[in-house]
Amino acid sequence: MSTAPFKTPEIDSSRSSATIGKAVKIIGQIFSKEDLYVDGDVEGTIECQDNKLTIGPNGKLQAGVRAREVVVLGQIKGNVEANDRIDIRKDARLIGDIKTARIVIEDGAYFKGSIDIVKPDAAKANAAAQAASGAGSSQGLPKPPAASPTPVASAVGAGATDIKR
Amino acid sequence: MFRASGTAVEPGPFSAQKGQRLAAKESHTVRQSRGLEQFFSYINDQEGLSILDLAGLTQENIDFVTDLGHKLYTQDFLRSLDDTFGREEFTAQAVPNRIETFLDQNLDFKENTFDGVLVWDVMQYLSPALLNATVERLFQITRPRSYLLAFFNADEKSLISPQTTFRIQSQSTLMLAQHGQRQQAQVFNNRSLEKLFGRFESVKFFLTREHLREVIVKR
Repeated sequence: MSTAPFKTPEIDSSRSSATIGKAVKIIGQIFSKEDLYVDGDVEGTIECQDNKLTIGPNGKLQAGVRAREVVVLGQIKGNVEANDRIDIRKDARLIGDIKTARIVIEDGAYFKGSIDIVKPDAAKANAAAQAASGAGSSQGLPKPPAASPTPVASAVGAGATDIKR
Repeated sequence: MFRASGTAVEPGPFSAQKGQRLAAKESHTVRQSRGLEQFFSYINDQEGLSILDLAGLTQENIDFVTDLGHKLYTQDFLRSLDDTFGREEFTAQAVPNRIETFLDQNLDFKENTFDGVLVWDVMQYLSPALLNATVERLFQITRPRSYLLAFFNADEKSLISPQTTFRIQSQSTLMLAQHGQRQQAQVFNNRSLEKLFGRFESVKFFLTREHLREVIVKR
């Protein structure tokens, strides 16, 4: 039931994860092979194909997103594909189209866009097709905005998170 | 098919303080809805339709619509309305340029996009000018033979109605979650509604308890 209180997301210490802090802005493409927590600004695309992506309360994405699971506490402007599920929490703001197998939304969240529920079998078939067409491909995701002429600060946790500019 | 020559009833003076909330706590009522039942009976045997919900997201409505195999589009129309014009600022809602901009930002869809629109009670909070423009835009973005489900306060003596979130429980059952009150821009009767939806093929009314008039409009 949507009125049930949500637990504040915690980063699962048993899984490796990367964090983009709230004072960090990244413009470009992010590929992560581990869970990713974004509390800063990202413009471009984010792919965590087999992992969980959490947008923290300070996180602001102007990005296309693809992940196994997406939890939104901050803001996203862009399309979201979550193979497994997407959680949109109370104060989150999402403008874009969602494609997922399951969606959980808390009252008070703002959402503008469409919701396309993809049945798990279809999602698996899609994932297999994407894997066949090349891992880490950003095909189908919105193109990142034109690169900023100003230098961009970036900080990434250890692990397999790649950022391309 | 109804046709009418009546006009919408203009609002009288509003004595209560703007945006006053008489009951901060949410109250819930579960009840049958003939309008809802008819709306979904029309689209029951189809899959992959595009449904627009103008009241923002609720878990129940997402689950119900997507479980039927449809694609759900949502737009929190009242929140956008308040963000754009201010709450219950009906004068600002009557400025033509602002109406056009607002609709371009909030109902920016191609023609013939939707097979059904869950309008709920949103329309009663729009100024007459914005309301007419919104209905015209809905006409454009819905397909022929699609349906709209809209609710209006049936108490023609009151411009205050409970602010309600409508949560679908089943094809014929709704939970009404009421949280405070809100001033309507105008009151409606059957004639004014027939005139409002004059371009549509038909308008069907269900008068229910709780002063709620359920309206099914066929494009």
